[in-house]
Amino acid sequence: MPSYLLFIATIGGIYGLLALSLNLIWGGAGMVNLGLAGFFAVGAYASGLLTTAGQVPIVAGWMAALVAGGFAGLIVTLSTTRLRQDYLAIVTLGFAEVVRLVAANEIWLTRGTDGISGIPGPWKSALGQNFNSVYFLIVVAALVVVFLVVRRIDRSPYGRALRAIREDAQVAQVAGKPVLRFKTEAFTLSAAIAGLAGALYGHFTSYIAPDLFLPLITVYIFLAVASGGTGRPAGALLGAYLVMTLLESSRFFVEWIPGTTAVQRAALKELLIAVALILVLRLKPSGVLPERIPPAPRPATGASS
Amino acid sequence: MIDIVVQALVNGLVSGTLLAVPAIGFTAMFAVLRFPNFAVSGIATLGAFAGYLAYGAGLQMAGSLVVAFVVAGAAGLLFDEVAHLPMVKQGALPAAIASIASGLVLENLVRLGFGNDPRGYDRPIARDIRLGDIRVSPQQLETMGLALALMLAVFAILAFTRIGKAMRASADNPDLASLKGIRPERIAMIASFAGMGLVGVGGMLLGLDSAIDPLTGTRILLSIFAAAVLGGLGSVPGAVLGAFLIGMAEELSVLAVGSQYRAAVGFVAILAMLTLRPRGLLGERAY
Repeated sequence: MPSYLLFIATIGGIYGLLALSLNLIWGGAGMVNLGLAGFFAVGAYASGLLTTAGQVPIVAGWMAALVAGGFAGLIVTLSTTRLRQDYLAIVTLGFAEVVRLVAANEIWLTRGTDGISGIPGPWKSALGQNFNSVYFLIVVAALVVVFLVVRRIDRSPYGRALRAIREDAQVAQVAGKPVLRFKTEAFTLSAAIAGLAGALYGHFTSYIAPDLFLPLITVYIFLAVASGGTGRPAGALLGAYLVMTLLESSRFFVEWIPGTTAVQRAALKELLIAVALILVLRLKPSGVLPERIPPAPRPATGASS
Repeated sequence: MIDIVVQALVNGLVSGTLLAVPAIGFTAMFAVLRFPNFAVSGIATLGAFAGYLAYGAGLQMAGSLVVAFVVAGAAGLLFDEVAHLPMVKQGALPAAIASIASGLVLENLVRLGFGNDPRGYDRPIARDIRLGDIRVSPQQLETMGLALALMLAVFAILAFTRIGKAMRASADNPDLASLKGIRPERIAMIASFAGMGLVGVGGMLLGLDSAIDPLTGTRILLSIFAAAVLGGLGSVPGAVLGAFLIGMAEELSVLAVGSQYRAAVGFVAILAMLTLRPRGLLGERAY
């Protein structure tokens, strides 16, 4: 059973990275990314392909996943940052679908729906039984680094400018903030983190395929950020593990219901997640750890000017 | 070669006519309620299955479409009242995100009841009508005629009835409309019901030629959005124009890059349109 828990904790950590990625733009700048699963897939495929077919070291694959995710994010935002947020929602949703189409149909590159197997794990053969424990620590390390970076952003003047854009982009513009550049940068960084999460996922399970990157993952992450608390990195992280707990406990729960088929049990699980998201948004939109807005630093009183 | 292209354009015209129905529903809801309602995917599936059951129970095609309209409209109204509209006050995005969850709820309710296996409408087989080398099936003509009749009805209601005028006024300027005694909640309810009713009918119309399953609505979601964005979000005639263009572009894309990338046409069209002319072809809120 500990290996099961370790597996859950690792996947939960990867969802945590995705939640931090979403929180950076949704909580930070008030932008949405309904194609999170697509950026997750871009990272997974970039690293998976480079380390299998391209024979590059795993770390280089992860860096490539960061770059690929960020680049995809940049492309998607360039045409939409000037527009209302509704458009970004529609475009990102479409982006994830197209990523899945390409992954399923460009067989020469991605091996189509068969997926890519045999993605190497770091020191996998040397570690043997201990691979899962070590990999969990790697994911935790990545989480810590990303967490510190986004929290730093959150508390910096840059983060305050992002929140100003979230509250009222026009006012931020009038105050002299380069709104378009800030939004593009935030989205690119967020997409890069999602790409890294994808790479970590692929090298953990050693297998990726288009069907592993369904839009459902995006819904999980929205539930994670909404329930944990939008606008607070710690909330996003907590939310990711809340969702993981809900997912796993619901699996045991639906197996208790007699007379259901496998399809019905899967449907019940998805139903539960969707209803949970509606309930959280409706009843507790601030989440378990509500956003704390620190007072803006004031210049020391009495300073001569 | 020319024949193949003309045949693709004819097919595109047929599928564009069918696509126009849910696109009108989506864009009209956007005009009044001011958020993109992603529950369209689940509602279209629900409409397709409601129509399927009605048709299987012996109703005619038109009667089955009415059932699809009413069931989808009622579900759309319910979800808007319970899950989406209370959130619009916080902004369009929370409502849009909640509507994704609503779509997922509906999709999985259908899956619970019917499973994942595709089901086909049991329609009589008829010989294709041929004009030279161009073929059209009588079924295609029938569904196209029904879709056109429905569209005409929508335009007539918007142009000539009190409710239609109130809806246009409310979409154009909600404050001014309520000053004139138009109750915004009532207009919102009518928009939810009629808009989602059209989406449900669209799900059924687009499912008639092929099989339906719980993902039927998800598969047409991007095409619906693309039609609406192409014409200008919130513009009813724009949605019709956009639907024809997307329908034909999708059929032509099959010739150019094969059927596997049909679903990407909508995305490419959205991206190109937003980059070049974000207001859409006819501009937002044009009637």
